Amino acid sequence: MKKRLLALFMSAAMACSLAACGGTGAAAPADGAGASEAASTDAGTSEGGSGALTGTLKVGMIGPLTGAAALYGNAVTNGTQIAVDEINAISGDFKMEYQPEDDEHDAEKSVNAYNKLKDWNVQAIVGCVTTTPCVAVAAEANNDRVFMLTPSASATSVTEQGDDIFQLCFSDPNQGSASAQYIKDNGLGSKIAIIYNNSDVYSTGIYQTFSAKAAEVGLEVVSTTTFTDDTANDFSVQLTDAQKAGADLIFLPIYYTPASLILQQADAMGYKVPMFGVDGMDGILGLEGFDTKLAEGVMLLTPFSADAKDEKTVNFVKKYQDSFKEVPIQFAADGYDCPYAIYEALKFYAAKNGGLDVTDKSNEDICKILVSVFSDPSFSVDGITGEGMTWTANGEVNKAPKAVVIKDGVYVGL
Amino acid sequence: MKKFSKQTISGFVNYGIIVVFFLLFQILSATGNLGSSLKGQLIPICSYIIMALSLNLVVGISGELSLGHAGFMSVGAFTGVVVANSLSTAVPNGIVRLFVALFIGAFVAGIAGIIIGIPVLRLRGDYLAIVTLAFGEIIKNVLNCLYVGIDGRGLHFSIKDEQSLHMEPGGRTILSGPMGALGITKLSTFFVGIILILLVLFYIQNFVNSRPGRAIAAIRDNRIAAEACGIPVTKYKLMAFVTSAAMAGSAGALYALNFSTVVPKKFDFNTSILVLVFVVLGGIGNLRGSIIAAAVLTVLPELLREFQDYRMLAYAIVLILVMLVTNNEKAMAFINGKIKAVFKKLRKGEAR
Amino acid sequence: MLSYLINGISLGSVYAIIALGYTMVYGIAKMLNFAHGDVIMIGGYMAFCSTSYLGWPVIPSVLFSIIVCTMLGIVIERLAYKPLRDASSLAVLITAIGVSYFLQNAALLIWSSNPKAFPNMVELPNLVIGDIQISSVAIVTIIACIVIMIALTMFTTKTKLGKAMRAVSEDKGAAQLMGINVNATISMTFAIGSGLAAIAGVLLCSAYPTLMPTTGAMPGIKAFTAAVFGGIGSIPGAMLGGILLGIIEIFAKAYISTQLSDAIVFAVLIIVLIVKPTGLLGKKMAEKV
Repeated sequence: MKKRLLALFMSAAMACSLAACGGTGAAAPADGAGASEAASTDAGTSEGGSGALTGTLKVGMIGPLTGAAALYGNAVTNGTQIAVDEINAISGDFKMEYQPEDDEHDAEKSVNAYNKLKDWNVQAIVGCVTTTPCVAVAAEANNDRVFMLTPSASATSVTEQGDDIFQLCFSDPNQGSASAQYIKDNGLGSKIAIIYNNSDVYSTGIYQTFSAKAAEVGLEVVSTTTFTDDTANDFSVQLTDAQKAGADLIFLPIYYTPASLILQQADAMGYKVPMFGVDGMDGILGLEGFDTKLAEGVMLLTPFSADAKDEKTVNFVKKYQDSFKEVPIQFAADGYDCPYAIYEALKFYAAKNGGLDVTDKSNEDICKILVSVFSDPSFSVDGITGEGMTWTANGEVNKAPKAVVIKDGVYVGL
Repeated sequence: MKKFSKQTISGFVNYGIIVVFFLLFQILSATGNLGSSLKGQLIPICSYIIMALSLNLVVGISGELSLGHAGFMSVGAFTGVVVANSLSTAVPNGIVRLFVALFIGAFVAGIAGIIIGIPVLRLRGDYLAIVTLAFGEIIKNVLNCLYVGIDGRGLHFSIKDEQSLHMEPGGRTILSGPMGALGITKLSTFFVGIILILLVLFYIQNFVNSRPGRAIAAIRDNRIAAEACGIPVTKYKLMAFVTSAAMAGSAGALYALNFSTVVPKKFDFNTSILVLVFVVLGGIGNLRGSIIAAAVLTVLPELLREFQDYRMLAYAIVLILVMLVTNNEKAMAFINGKIKAVFKKLRKGEAR
Repeated sequence: MLSYLINGISLGSVYAIIALGYTMVYGIAKMLNFAHGDVIMIGGYMAFCSTSYLGWPVIPSVLFSIIVCTMLGIVIERLAYKPLRDASSLAVLITAIGVSYFLQNAALLIWSSNPKAFPNMVELPNLVIGDIQISSVAIVTIIACIVIMIALTMFTTKTKLGKAMRAVSEDKGAAQLMGINVNATISMTFAIGSGLAAIAGVLLCSAYPTLMPTTGAMPGIKAFTAAVFGGIGSIPGAMLGGILLGIIEIFAKAYISTQLSDAIVFAVLIIVLIVKPTGLLGKKMAEKV
């Protein structure tokens, strides 16, 4: 009986996604905390056509909770935990069980973490947080048909691993070319210096597309210097090189920790130049003990800012600060949006197919459902890292990057 | 004569352990009792066992402290990936391709061993250790800048970036700097891993009892006396070092071809240290100890996952305690007694 | 060119102070104390906490950091290294690595993985000569480094305890026969080395003001390299090695390649060791037959 029902659902899902290709699908339920859904879930628990989402979904998360990249993994899992708690509070008969696993930013450990989650009968994965582990796990997950939504692994090689791997963050090429385009369009600079981390996948990825796009739109790159994780403390050489080359803008496709050192050292050198960052730069204002005056005038392209005044962000930042005594960085926000995206997708499916009980659904089934919904152009999610996020069938997210500039210690929209 | 036979028996016990280990997991896997968690670790365990055995050849048998063993693993890993990738059309059979990749990985790592060994082996003790560490870091640093692509015209290399590979359209990038190798076809199997361990074990056990092996032991125990006896010190030391490097290379290739991606950063100082920990905990010069320590210590952090954030802390404490206990005679005597008792019980249990 | 040189010396001075700690412990206990870098990190966190959370002025917080690290050094030595006094040097090495993991992960649990921006401990104006700016932190670092080196040299040559240390490093057995308490001397060395680590931590974090649980790891390895470069066990050698390493690193970045700077640093080290197998100022050890 169960199998037959399942088959019915599968065919319905296929039909649904086919229909959606025509662009006629209904708009997605937009509000994560929508009261109407909460009410409707009370109506019925069976799969009998009420459109209700019920059951317990096992959601795993993989990221570096210890080690050198622990900062990012912990931010994601904190954000995800908040979202899961919120969803469980509002979603009626639907519950999420959440299990984070540590991968130490290592592909081997990450695959171990993934296998551990598989033993736990995981149905969907938020992760991995960092790119290299994510590529390794994505290949396994694609093989086993486990749906993955990565909050922050931004390389294209991640989504290339399979049709069931989706990104919530911008892909690297997206960011690199968007930055170059933005700098060109707004006339922010014409002689660009780039400092990037050549031992980091994220940084190198953005650098490569930025330099390609810069050449295309006619930005002159006058100085390109690098550092590695092992030499990420002294930037005097890189800054002097940029200064000598007469750069009028420094592009920093790097994370905020080294960026804070660059700002501090440029200040110590008395070198004043506009700097332009990407989403990894977010968090610089929340860095404990950092003199925000140094970041004055820094521009960055980021989907999230903790200072945003919209209700959802304010709510999230407050909860985060209450629980973890820190200002959330963009990773935390990405982590927060992931369970909501999965939740919205399941609701979307349930609404179209007369209800859905996720308990005892195999990871293959959940994967099929989620892939069909995420590939559906009419499915969109409003999160704190972007309004109306939609996904392409190959797994990349569409959302608008926001350019902000730091003025008086806060982000101001450009 | 009696001593010789004892060694041979000990050697066969080692093969036996590996074969039993293999059969046990085959049975568990066939009956569905093997969790994915453990299953996923089998091939890394095989590579770490080979790493530990090969490092034992340098640290235990040759008596030199090497802190850059992961460098050879790295060379083997990336060579293996490039070979497997470029032969994907020429050699369609996965197993054959894997063996070719393992062999060439070992060969190139061996060449790296010669290049590094000649200057390094002039040094002694901790100076040798730091130079091997330095070489490990250099290998990592260079691989971080290395780009390799393949197209219709063959392989292309660059140490700048992907654009400067100047590939024909349709060419594939195999290695891209810090991103390492992407989209590796998984070729490694547990069976091949076991075969490789047996080969390495066979080689080392026979090597130790051969003429060069005895010469190396003599050099370790008293270099000057050995030199005075006319043993060519550098030649034999280099022999052990290069053999060890080649074995590490094959372990690297096996490791890399088990994952869909591998990065140069993986094979850094910490990995070298990890392997050294296997060797020291297993007992320097003790091959069986290396095998067991490598297997147990690879699984241990996974078993400690229950501790969540305290996991690595627990691992550190276990490491310190084990070192303290194994170097304390009273504690060791006590534990040996216990282990014997446990084994007795186990034997009884098996008999039933 | 000159500014690169100054940057190099400043970076090198930080390496030098860390290297001094390595070299002292190595000289006496003949062990590679891989946990040294992590003691530095703890020192940095202590200074950070006392200034940022407790609002202490600079000097008391530096002293506080020194005291905590010294005690930490003594405790580590007592619990982890002392029982292994007669064990093989490899066993001690692995234990040191265990201690290093322990400290890093303990710091991760206590202070979380979020980086902290270290407060500016040196609130002096920068020195300006012509069009070259020299940061005050660099000057303080260099001065501190010289002062520490002189003080340590005086200590080891003039005081009784210092002489005992040298005697122990020369020949443990003979020193014991002369009535020197070898165990106490080694413990003392650890205490001093850890105190130095605290100073190094404060200076490292003042020069490069981010603080994370892994902050000490890479400078630790570089400083270890510097100690070997200068001849491990030699105090002026550590100083020279550290500063040369800093200069080579900066120059390699500036004139050759920022990508390969680490590879170049290590390559120079290898060349030096091949030419002079015991480092620049290392003692030639006579081989006994």
